[in-house]
Amino acid sequence: MAVAVTRAPARPFARPKAEHGFWSWISTVDHKRIGILYGVTAFLFFLVGGTEALMIRMQLAAPNGKVLSAEEYNQLFTMHGTTMVFLVIMPLAAAFGNYFVPILIGARDVAFPRLNAFGYWAFLAGGSLLYSSFLFGGAPNGGWFGYAPQTIGKFSPGHGIDFWLVGLVITGIGSLTAAANFIVTTLNLRAPGMTMMRMPVFVWMNLVVSFLLLFAIPIITVALFELYFDRNFGSNFFNANIGGDPVLWQHLFWLFGHPEVYILILPAMGIVSEVLPVFSRKPLFGYSVVVFSGIAIGFMGWGVWAHHMFAVGLGPVANSAFAASTMFIAVPTGVKIFNWLATTWGGDLRLKTPMLFALGFIGMFTIGGLSGVTHSIVPSDYQQTDTYYIVAHFHYVLFGGAIFGLFSGAYYWAPVVTGKMLDETLGKIHFWLMLIGFNLAFGPMHILGLQGQPRRTYQYPKGMGWDFWNAVSTIGAFTIALSILTFTINVIKTTRSKEHAPPDPWDARTLEWTIPTPPPEYNFAEIPVVHSRDDFWHRKYTEDENGRLVKIPSGGSDEASGLHEQQAEHDDHGGHGHGIHMPSPSYFPALASVGIMIIGYGAIYHWWIGAVGGVILLAGVFGWGNEPLSE
Amino acid sequence: MQTAIAPAPHTPAPGDHDYSVTGIDSRKLGMWGFLASECLFFGALISSHLLYRARAPQGVKVPHDVYDIPYTSVSSFVLLMSSLTMVLALAAIQRGDHHRLRIWLLATAFLGTLFVGGQVYEFTVFTHEGLNLSTSVAASSFFVLTGFHGVHVTVGILWLLSLAGISLRGKLPAENHLWVEIAGLYWHFVDVVWILIFTVVYLVPNKH
Repeated sequence: MAVAVTRAPARPFARPKAEHGFWSWISTVDHKRIGILYGVTAFLFFLVGGTEALMIRMQLAAPNGKVLSAEEYNQLFTMHGTTMVFLVIMPLAAAFGNYFVPILIGARDVAFPRLNAFGYWAFLAGGSLLYSSFLFGGAPNGGWFGYAPQTIGKFSPGHGIDFWLVGLVITGIGSLTAAANFIVTTLNLRAPGMTMMRMPVFVWMNLVVSFLLLFAIPIITVALFELYFDRNFGSNFFNANIGGDPVLWQHLFWLFGHPEVYILILPAMGIVSEVLPVFSRKPLFGYSVVVFSGIAIGFMGWGVWAHHMFAVGLGPVANSAFAASTMFIAVPTGVKIFNWLATTWGGDLRLKTPMLFALGFIGMFTIGGLSGVTHSIVPSDYQQTDTYYIVAHFHYVLFGGAIFGLFSGAYYWAPVVTGKMLDETLGKIHFWLMLIGFNLAFGPMHILGLQGQPRRTYQYPKGMGWDFWNAVSTIGAFTIALSILTFTINVIKTTRSKEHAPPDPWDARTLEWTIPTPPPEYNFAEIPVVHSRDDFWHRKYTEDENGRLVKIPSGGSDEASGLHEQQAEHDDHGGHGHGIHMPSPSYFPALASVGIMIIGYGAIYHWWIGAVGGVILLAGVFGWGNEPLSE
Repeated sequence: MQTAIAPAPHTPAPGDHDYSVTGIDSRKLGMWGFLASECLFFGALISSHLLYRARAPQGVKVPHDVYDIPYTSVSSFVLLMSSLTMVLALAAIQRGDHHRLRIWLLATAFLGTLFVGGQVYEFTVFTHEGLNLSTSVAASSFFVLTGFHGVHVTVGILWLLSLAGISLRGKLPAENHLWVEIAGLYWHFVDVVWILIFTVVYLVPNKH
């Protein structure tokens, strides 16, 4: 392609050109590479957060544990919770969303590629700033919920809580941009024929999550700012001495915090809704009901937050109302569970690793959901609140639910992302170790909680009758660690293997399997035209008069008509896709995030550090604005 | 790009970057999404203030004791007028009148600056009258709420000035009027929020 070199506009930075190596990753705006960045970073945070959990479990393995001091214990459980929620599950969901939403709707990229990159860098900046607190005098120690006034300056001196506040504001900026981006992408960039009710459920759930993020993030941001001003500028939002209301913090936090629960679980529900039909060789049972249940959860998720506050003393009217709404939100969730079961019912089940994780998700999430319903009963919750029963519940939902679902997605989609299959044997070992370890670790916590073991307490005395189950729980935690090690080995083995995955290895149903793996930068050489839900499946199969599946005969378009055409197109383009104009890489999103991170340090230490960050941020924003999207 | 002939209107096809199923430009839709989020941001701040507006220790002033309603009414009027000049700026670029575009952009930025300056003056007066960020929870919530609004106006001013600068360099052709429209959406939103703040925070009296 002969291109006359035109006058390069004078700019402080030359437009990045690297296609490989370090700088290509810094400057990438390709949604797939950003998805990989999210995934790898979140997995590293997962290892860190998991290590924190192991240290907590070592401390609690026996009465009067001596592994950690009380202060270290507080820092570790705070960072464990914060990490797993904000730096692991949310970005892992963003990883899958980034990589697959554009492909699943037949688009070439997201609506705002550079904003997408910025979202990732803001997440990394916030997470890094949060973790740098370990180097600067101690990590935050106020719990992931940061209850004020416990966290105001008088009671939590030092900068730990400030790191927590600023770090979460910055990751929140990233989440917000990602959410706006996903919403616009999903609404605007769907391929012809991809109507809303033909979209894969994962795309739907990602859309619902994006709306939840859009409305939940600003609420916690306000809470974080108020506490930040209390700690640093002498405001008195949470100073109970002159009328500050501790319940205000709880309302703001949980008004964010409960939608956040659905932000964490809905992407996993979406993944499972993709995996189950493929491995049951049946369409998803009641597609529209699953979609509307997801939307209903999205709405009702705003009306249940005070069930986190039953013991606060809001009064019988508020408690009853929130008890009722909490019971009610179990309905759409239960509907989904039955739809998943009905999907597998009578299906031609193939128990591959992704399917095992999806089935594990249903089982574990159901247990977590049921223990959740027990919290909705106010008097019962009075007994359970702040005990290990709660810890058991939310780990069944977030680990047994979200993490199992995300691993299901990892095994299912690995062939798309890497072009290689993850090893089945190691995958199954991973699944069974994780399932057993998970139940050993968190099952006993139900019992411990009902026996009264309090949360967030670094030691327990002998003779409480808690010794045995705590020891079991610690063994379970290390079993989980072993399963994660198996997964890591599996990933390393797969990346080293030379064996390319066969096209469409799972005989799947959706568009991501119609393109070469790993996908070319432009995803689709030809934008697909979608004719039905599970479009790819209908290109491969039809039904005979008895309703049995029949492969569409290979009249020129053998098994996967689309795939071959796309591969041929790809080869025609010499693998480069000339003529398809993709957004050019850019340094500015990363630069703007660096600016925000430095502003964050300025907010914790001195205003002049913030001023430096502000200059960098402005440089990033103006550079970004001045640079054309593609050239 | 300088061409003698007006370019044919570009109709984005699926796969093009500016393709839009809804027919709404993606950038505009993204801005609406952001503003929806901002509603909750100000909603949470206003809620905090509603909870705290009358709370102060015995004998300590609450914001209502120091409000100067006529003064704030004037500055509110100034801000509202800036919405008018913003509309005129958009109309100017849609007509292709770049000179008036810059005039109205600068007028909008000027009115915004007048408002922010007025807020700085108001804060200074309040501080002298014994109301600052620390005096009471009512004062804390007042200053943080109105302060964040002021920050939003300031960001808007920078945005408008940047647009005027880009236009001055000849880099804001008439077909890019969407950039002005999006800045306008933000600006009008910030104005509308102020109407709410002025009513709820300043005008609605405290119960005694």
